[in-house]
Amino acid sequence: MAMLHTVNKSPTDRNTLESCIRLAKKGGSVLLIEDGVYGAIKGAAKADTVSNAMSGLSFYVLGPDLKARGISEDKIIDGIKVVDYNGFVDLVSEHDTTQSWL
Amino acid sequence: MKLSVQINEGPYTHAASDTAYQFTKAALEKGHEIFRVFFYHDGVNNGTRFTTPPQDDRNLVNLWSELAEKHNLDMVVCVAAAQRRGIVDPDEAKRNGKDGNNIAPGFRISGLGQLIEAGIQSDRLVVFGD
Repeated sequence: MAMLHTVNKSPTDRNTLESCIRLAKKGGSVLLIEDGVYGAIKGAAKADTVSNAMSGLSFYVLGPDLKARGISEDKIIDGIKVVDYNGFVDLVSEHDTTQSWL
Repeated sequence: MKLSVQINEGPYTHAASDTAYQFTKAALEKGHEIFRVFFYHDGVNNGTRFTTPPQDDRNLVNLWSELAEKHNLDMVVCVAAAQRRGIVDPDEAKRNGKDGNNIAPGFRISGLGQLIEAGIQSDRLVVFGD
């Protein structure tokens, strides 16, 4: 049963990204939204944690939220896919449940 | 697919209500059904028509009302959270002896049972918040 996890806060603000990665089951996906997109930047505080988790989890980041924060897509950790709101809706429908890490 | 959305944050805290709005709009445009949008905790602040932001600022209350009218959305505001924050409809105003009401068009006040029902009836429930 694949679960979609959303993380909406920066890893320097809260530990939700870390908790999510620690507890998410293999085969699930993580979507970074709102200030959570800061966790997708290469060399950011938890970038290694994210890269290491990619063997078991798929990572996505919401493009409009990157743009709103002036982060260009070439700054993103390799392997994270950029999606728009339509992609967000698709991810919700493709996974059995959605867990928001608030 | 049948989706429901829960919003726990008002329009002026972080970005949860904006994200929820864009998500709901995208889901409707893709042909999904939105069973219910449930406003909980500070999320009830999305439902007061007295909100008057500057004209060049996005007006989320109006955006939600317009989306509800266009797609016949069921937008429910939690009654206990609403009472605490002074969000009242005509019935609640009368019941609590208030001198007016401020519920925005397209919103209705009801209880937590509506959230539970949304969870049971929908294929997916997506939560947006702080």
